[in-house]
Formats: sequence, C-alpha cells, structure tokens
Amino acid sequence: MAEIRNYTMNFGPQHPAAHGVLRLVLEMDGEVVQRADPHIGLLHRGTEKLAESKPFNQSIGYMDRLDYVSMMCNEHAYVRAIEQLLGIEAPERAQYIRTMFDEVTRILNHLMWIGTHGLDLGAMALFLYAFREREVLMDSYEAVSGARMHATYYRPGGVYRDLPDQMSLHRESPWTKGKDLDRFNAWRQGSLLDFLDAFSQDFPQRVDEYETLLTDNRIWKQRTVGIGEVTPERALQLGFTGPMLRGSGIAWDLRKKQPYAAYDKVDFDIPIGTNGDCYDRYLVRVEEMRQSNRIITQCVKWLKDNPGPVMVENHKIVPPTREEMKNDMESMIHHFKLFTEGYCTPPGEAYAAVEAPKGEFGAYIVSDGSNKPFRLHLRAPGFAHLAAMDEMVRGHMLADVVAVIGTQDIVFGEIDR
Amino acid sequence: MDELIYLAWTVTKILAITVPLILGVAMFVYAERKVIGFMHARMGPNRVGPLGLFQTFADVFKLLMKEVILPSNANRFLFLLAPLLALAPAFAAWAVIPFDAKLVLADVNAGLLYVLAMTSLGVYGVIIAGWASNSKYAFLGAMRSAAQIVSYEIAMGFALVGVLIAAGSLNLVEIVEAQRGPGGILSWFWLPLLPLFLIYFISGVAETNRAPFDVAEGESEIVAGFHVEYSGAPFAIFFLAEYANMILIAALTTTLFAGGWLSPIPGIPDGAPWFFVKLFFFCFFYLWFRATFPRYRYDQIMRLGWKVFIPITIVWLLVVALFVVKQWLWWAP
Repeated sequence: MAEIRNYTMNFGPQHPAAHGVLRLVLEMDGEVVQRADPHIGLLHRGTEKLAESKPFNQSIGYMDRLDYVSMMCNEHAYVRAIEQLLGIEAPERAQYIRTMFDEVTRILNHLMWIGTHGLDLGAMALFLYAFREREVLMDSYEAVSGARMHATYYRPGGVYRDLPDQMSLHRESPWTKGKDLDRFNAWRQGSLLDFLDAFSQDFPQRVDEYETLLTDNRIWKQRTVGIGEVTPERALQLGFTGPMLRGSGIAWDLRKKQPYAAYDKVDFDIPIGTNGDCYDRYLVRVEEMRQSNRIITQCVKWLKDNPGPVMVENHKIVPPTREEMKNDMESMIHHFKLFTEGYCTPPGEAYAAVEAPKGEFGAYIVSDGSNKPFRLHLRAPGFAHLAAMDEMVRGHMLADVVAVIGTQDIVFGEIDR
Repeated sequence: MDELIYLAWTVTKILAITVPLILGVAMFVYAERKVIGFMHARMGPNRVGPLGLFQTFADVFKLLMKEVILPSNANRFLFLLAPLLALAPAFAAWAVIPFDAKLVLADVNAGLLYVLAMTSLGVYGVIIAGWASNSKYAFLGAMRSAAQIVSYEIAMGFALVGVLIAAGSLNLVEIVEAQRGPGGILSWFWLPLLPLFLIYFISGVAETNRAPFDVAEGESEIVAGFHVEYSGAPFAIFFLAEYANMILIAALTTTLFAGGWLSPIPGIPDGAPWFFVKLFFFCFFYLWFRATFPRYRYDQIMRLGWKVFIPITIVWLLVVALFVVKQWLWWAP
C-alpha cells in the first residue's frame, strides 16, 4: 500500500485572504490543517530603528504606517510615551479630541475588519457597506489633518490644531450633481463636530444593517460558531488583548482599567463574549462599534460646549504660531530649534499603552537625554495574536483558517513594524 | 440531398439557440455586475458604451487577446480539454428545453434523462481542470467539486423523479403540458412539489458552483480553485460555461416547476415570453444569493446535501407517489 503523507501548502503571501503579506505554511491532511506556521517579516520596514535616527516628532508619521487601519491610536501611544518622558500633560480639550479621534479610529478599524472578515467568508456586500461609512470618517480625518489615512495629527502636548469650523464641500462635477451633490454635502454644512454628530446619529442604523446580513445568518453562524475557540486562561497566557481577549470573556480594557485621555469622563460599556470563538469576537467588535459611537456623541457634545487651547504653551516642545514667529525673535528661535534639532527629553524610560482597536498598542521609549529616542520598542497586539495562529486553527479546515485570520484582525504593518 | 438540407437546417437551429445564448451570457454577466453593484451601494460597470453595456464584450476581447499560459508541469492536453468539457454539456442540454409548445430543438421522449446526464457531465471539466493544472489549490478545488457534485446530484435526481411521477412523462414538453390547469400559477408543480422545487433550485446553485456554494472556486480560501492556473481564452470558456449553466438551471427550473411557457393567470395567452420572464426571475435569484450570502464551508455543504436534502426529497417522493396512486391530483384539472 502506498504511504499516505500530509502535504504542505503555501498560503500567501500572495493570497486574497492573507490580509497583506502573511505567509502561512500549512501542513494539511486533506482539507484539515495539522499545523500552521506563520512566517512574518515581509513587511518589515525597521520603524523602531528609523525612530532612533530622528527627532521625536519626526517619527509620529511612522506610527500611522504601523497599523495602517488604526492610525491615530498608534500615534496616541507614541505621543503619550513622549509626554510621560517630558512630564507634560495635554490640555483637556486636546484630551477630548484625542478620545474622539481614537474612537473614530476604532470604528474605522472595525469597519475595515467587518468588511474583510465578511469578504473572507464570502459575504461581499459587507465590504462595500463598510467602506461607504469609512468614507465619512476618512473625511473627518482629512478635515483635521489634511490626510485621509496617515494623519500625523497628535503631537506631544496636544494635537496639531483645533477642529475646523467648516467642512470642505463637494464641488459639482459631471458625476456628482443635483441630488447626489446635495446628499454628499448634507452633513457638511456646519463644522466638523456637526459632521461627526450627523454621522453618529446615523451610524447605529448602519450597524443594524450589517447585523441583519450576518448576526442571525445561518451560514455566517456555521462558519464562525465554535471556530478558533480560545479559553480565557489560554487567552491570558498567550498575551491576547483587545477584542481577542474580551471575546474569551475577560473584561480587560485599558480605557477602563488604566484610563487615559478623557476616557474616565465618558460613559461607555465594554462588551465581552462567553465562548471565545469567532462568532463571539464578531459580536464583541460589533458592539464596540456602537459603544465607540456613544463615546463620539459625548465627546462632540463636550467639545461644542468647551472651547480652549489644544496644545500646551511650552514653545520648547510645541511650535509657536506663525504670527508670533514673524514678529517675535524668540519665537523665531524656538521655531528654528524645534524644526531642526527638536527637543530633548530628560534621560529615562517610559511605556505608554492605549487600547487600540486591535488590542493593547504600546510604545516603550528609552531616552539618553538627547533629541532622539535611544531605543523605541512598539508593542503590537497583532503579533501576539498571530503567534496563536497554530493553536487556533489546528484541526480545523482550510476554510476556517481564513475565518481565524479574519477574526484576529491581522494587519501586517504593525506585526512586521 | 435531403440529408444535407436536414443537416443544414439542424445546424441553423443549433446556432439559433447557441448564439443568443452566448449573447445572453454576455448580458447576464453585465446584469449580474449591475444588480450586485446596486445591492452593494455602488455603480457597477458604466464606462464602456452606453450605461456600460459593452463592458462584457470588452472583457471578452481582452481575454481572447491574452496569452494562454500553460503551467510547465501541467498536462497540456487535459489542461486545454477541460474548458471545452465544461462548456459543451452546458450548451448541449439546451437541445431539449422547450421555449414554447413547438419551439424545441429535439423533442425527445427521454428529455429529462438527457438533461440529467448533461448537467452531470459538466463537472468533469472542473475535475480535469483541477487535476491537469498540477497545482495544490486547483487540486483542492477539483476534489471539493467532485464531492459536492456527488452529494447534490442525488438530491437533484430525486427532485426530478418527483417531477417525473407527477407528470407521468420524461418528455419536457409533456411535463410542461401536465402543469396546465385551471389554477394557472397554482397548478404548476412548484406548489405540490414545493420541497422538491426548493431543493432542486438550491442544488442547481450548488451544481453550478455559485455562491454560497462556490467552494470549488472559493476565492478567499483556495484563490480561484480549479481555474487558478487558467488565463486568456480557456478562462473565458470556463466563465462562459459557468454562466451558461446558471441560465440552464434557471431554464430547467422554469420548465419543470414553473410551467415553462404557460401563463400564470388563466385567460392570458401562453407563449415563449412567459418562459423568458420566468427565466429572468430565477436568474435574478442567483445574483441575489451571491450579493448577500456568506460562503458555506465544504463539509457543511456535504452535510446539507446528505443530511437535509436527500431525506426531504425521499420523504416527498413518497408523498407525491401517494398523491398519484390515490389520484389526489388536486393541482391538476
């Protein structure tokens, strides 16, 4: 009798469900996965090393490019670590703005996740619905920072500038005119806050829409219930954070446990799962979108009522205004020093973490007192999740590998760094 | 001389079916992209020609211009044979489909058996394509397809047996005639054979490898399954075969369960237009399924086929047989 052997299959890096450049070497027994060996490093750009050669502020933009679907949350962790080193605190309005944009980012990320997860499991419609809403949030990114993805909006000591008082309008073109144009511009008549307010009024119905397509869908349930189960104990041992941990039933959320920014002043709940399977993690993330929306509503209200500075006044760290710079010698010097040398932090080390959409995203900085970090380490949540790939998919079928990749919400920008 | 005329006449008739069918496929692809586009809150093709109507033709020309890449370890003969094997049965089965009481290419008495044979043959193209490509993804797709066809062919066959019992004939024209009754739409077989009708249509979706049963293609799992190695014209032929099969299954469902060319309300004249209305109706479901459902996992499809569909069909076959034996033909005149 011929010997029957398992065969290995190369899943990725050019694979429609590999979420970027994941390469999985699968050992298959027919359709059943016996061993999954994730290979990383195909998107390594050396962010941590690059940061060592640049003044602190110049690395903020690199943070956007780590987890490129939760941009501002990455910035937040890095900026907070620098603030810890410097011993400064951003003004309250900046804290609220950061809170609001962290939640905008969370929705952005979860929309991307629900879209791609759906697409991986064959539900195509979700992807396009999710991107329709993402468009609106991208516009809010653009309104504050000028960039739709890589915002570079947070700064040590606050945020780059205050929220804009008016939104840019769509112009008439052969493709958008008449009613379409009015529809596109309907939310854009007021300030950015009005815009986000309109979004947050509308968004819960959109989430309901996604849920009608998936939550009670038999096929969706068959594809996700009982797939990639992780027990609470094991999830802790594996270093899971974020929805991956909460899906297993552990109510751990840095926004509640170690509140930062304005999270202790807003009201929200953290959803947890019970079984720790893909379906629970799906429900957790969907509920998180609703909770994020709640936070946005509260932040919008607070920000409308409380104008104020969004940056600290210390011009050793933040640049002076243009007018001051033109009229005042000292501001001119500050400006010059800041944009050439940067600022020096006291020697020491700092670790700051935020609850990024995917889990705990942390920045650990060691400073030797110069204008650059001596060493920067970034704690990416996806890395720990990906490490559990083997034990999550073992014994499942090939199609479930796709479900597990989706549920882990893998983004290679942060894993490879 | 007579034979020659007969031959020419038959070829003309064949062309009269296949050419509109190919054009129909082109329009169907366009319709699919438009319909799914609107379901997805996007536009669909709208650049080539008015409203994007020529998009499919542009795609076809593009595919025909492309190089046919032969993988170095592929079996060349089988690799190129497979698309033809997939296409031929999809077209051949149309021979017995009655568009109208008179409008049928081959009014054979064993029409139903012929249809069953032809629709089952199509899978060989898929299996051979997966095997000849010598690629793991393609191979997995072929294996999935083989298993799927075995499971669904049975349920589909039993559903057809139900029709056979109810109509008392294998001839498709007679099957449609058997559905003529005073109740119009209520006399058609979809009502008395409701479980069989649903199972037949769902099995048909599975048989044509369409979402949510498109595991043989499984875009996000095995990339493109059996046709991952295909490019250019052979790929276009697979594409053509898939859509021709979809239209075929819709046409068969129309004929067997929805009264073919009969009009739904008594008094309105029958005719081929009704056939096409019903055909579009069933085709639309294919698109709707694709736009909304997630994909089944391969073993779940097997479970659905063996544990749900086959038992239901067997039970309903007995029920129908009982109706017929006892002459409780409440749906017929």
